[in-house]
Amino acid sequence: MAPETGTAPRTVALFATCLADLVRPSVAFASVRLLEAAGCRVEVPAAQTCCGQPAYNSGDRKHAARIARRTVRAFRGYEWIVVPSGSCAGMLRCHYADLLGGEDEGFGERVWELTSFLVDVCGFEGVKARWPMTAAYHDSCAGLRELGVKDQPRALLAKVEGLTLAELPDAEVCCGFGGTFCVKYPDISTAMVRDKAAAVTGTGAGALLAGDLGCLMNMAGRLSREGSPVEVRHVAEVLAGMADETAPL
Amino acid sequence: MSFSGPANFPASAARALADEPLQRELARFSRGFQVRRVEAASRLPEFEALRDRARDIKNHCLAHLDFYLERFEENCRAAGGEVHWCATAEDARQAILAICRHLGAKTMAKGKSMVSEEIGLNEFLAEEGVRAVETDLGEYILQLRGESPSHIVAPAIHVATEQWTEAFRAAHTDRPADRSLSDGSEIMAEARAVLREQFLGADVGLTGANFLIAETGSSVIFTNEGNGDLSQTLPRAHIVIAGIEKVIPTLEDLSVFMRVLPRSATGQELTVYTTLSTGPRRAGDLDGPEEYHVVLLDNGRADMLGGAFQDMLRCIRCAACMNACPVYKQIGGHAYGWVYPGPMGAVLTPGLRGVEEAGHLPNASTFCGKCEEVCPVRIPLPRMMRHWREREFSRRLSPAKFRYGLGLWAFFAARPALYRPFAGLAARVLGRRKRWRRLPLAGGWTGTRDFPASEGRSFMSLWRAGRRR
Repeated sequence: MAPETGTAPRTVALFATCLADLVRPSVAFASVRLLEAAGCRVEVPAAQTCCGQPAYNSGDRKHAARIARRTVRAFRGYEWIVVPSGSCAGMLRCHYADLLGGEDEGFGERVWELTSFLVDVCGFEGVKARWPMTAAYHDSCAGLRELGVKDQPRALLAKVEGLTLAELPDAEVCCGFGGTFCVKYPDISTAMVRDKAAAVTGTGAGALLAGDLGCLMNMAGRLSREGSPVEVRHVAEVLAGMADETAPL
Repeated sequence: MSFSGPANFPASAARALADEPLQRELARFSRGFQVRRVEAASRLPEFEALRDRARDIKNHCLAHLDFYLERFEENCRAAGGEVHWCATAEDARQAILAICRHLGAKTMAKGKSMVSEEIGLNEFLAEEGVRAVETDLGEYILQLRGESPSHIVAPAIHVATEQWTEAFRAAHTDRPADRSLSDGSEIMAEARAVLREQFLGADVGLTGANFLIAETGSSVIFTNEGNGDLSQTLPRAHIVIAGIEKVIPTLEDLSVFMRVLPRSATGQELTVYTTLSTGPRRAGDLDGPEEYHVVLLDNGRADMLGGAFQDMLRCIRCAACMNACPVYKQIGGHAYGWVYPGPMGAVLTPGLRGVEEAGHLPNASTFCGKCEEVCPVRIPLPRMMRHWREREFSRRLSPAKFRYGLGLWAFFAARPALYRPFAGLAARVLGRRKRWRRLPLAGGWTGTRDFPASEGRSFMSLWRAGRRR
């Protein structure tokens, strides 16, 4: 879709995600910065918490639906809802309709993953960031398979001055996070993230990027435990030129 | 041969992760099939459309299963075959035993059949004095090693070459002890020589079926070794055992699955053999069995019709889901504890054995979605695993500690005004270190990975305070 020109700026509601809220506010701030650079006016509805995925994927439909109804209400009236996470965006976009039946008010169609919104909706090409680095990019599962997020972050990263993307073998293979999976089956999860860490190390890249904090924390946590110097960051931080302002995960 | 049981999943998975020879085989296996599948699919422009067609054919059949099964029975009988309807595994075992008894059979040559594993046929027949010999190369080595299959298409995927050699030397003592048995072709040649005697000596042959064709009453097997053909052609009787969901309407429909199944399973354009069997030998036929029996097994399948799990009955047992699964790749098939491993097993096993026993399987998934991406009949496997988790949760089968923790978290998550101060506090606490090597109640995480520090303030508190960056 071509960017709109000469019209009033889009008002975008940011769903920051519970992990960015708790662990990594810079991801949400970077998202705001990017959305504003793309000509959007950004609002952050106060009544947001979590998308409800931990309950939904644990089979607790009742609580998941309660959280979903609350989220739909918090974002009522916004035409564009943007999420700096493929997994949470996938939950809002693909699963709320199932969870709420007819009550979702067409909510899902208004939800976008950040890089997909910037590229597919805004046609944003104005990345103004410099980061002299070789980085590997991991495709997080939900963004990739539920939302088709694959080329958008790469297209945006290609505009970052000084940044080279290293080919990550098995970039589309799950890192082993899986929400509650990683603590319910820690042995299997660890084996998966160990493979991922080895693949990242094998590229020789100095940094690892992805678009989902859950996966990023898992991979960063493992790399750090292995004593790896690879710095792990959310793609939004790099695109917003904030890589030098915030310590890596 | 025995299965460890799906209830023992965590312990079995831990054992598999620590099993070095297994880990070596799994690392090797995980490349081949997946790459070949992608290549084979990309060479057929209509592959995606064929997947839709395959899904639609199966859906149509499941919606009219009674009709097509009865047509199958009618046409099978018209061709001189016999159909045995079996509600349970025990019914199927007894039906097969009765056929063996009436033929006075003492030996059975078996082609590969997962349904025969499902009903525990070999052990049962052994107790009744009928010796069943597996003739599929993979199944044969498992029989020698006293193991169960770990994969539904490549059952011995976990067995290393040196373990093959060892088992052959131990079993085939009539061969020269100093013979060379170091590579695949030597092992194969010896297996061929040994198994040929089994085909010739067997009283009955048993195969599974990839499909049953309603309009002709035929059974169909897709194979690569030719053992299935020999098992069913040389002995006096051919017994087919198949789940009721295997029926499809026409030969035309079969042509869709001939293009979809081998590509999805092994990346082949066709399997080496595609064999259709219709009734016993007719007058003037040069070979073929004198009797042809089809044992149709329900064993819990009919209960999955018309409910949340009906789509699972579309499964054509190609194993693409387990070939692609990152969890299966780590632990192999034995950890799943029963006949059907990987994502398809994580949905089917609770359906056939109950979620009380198999509850771990649908939980042991990251919902990465790779299985659904490759499933040739587009079964929404993650969604169905979530359905099982919902059943489990609503029946209070999940651990109380976990349920309580989840409920507490959900209470706050549904009340933003209460949630915000807690998130703010947690962000402050988590910001006190550069990284966390240990955290209370989070041993599952911090046992093997650090927990990143927070930035010290929650985003919502910073935003409300007017902070912009």
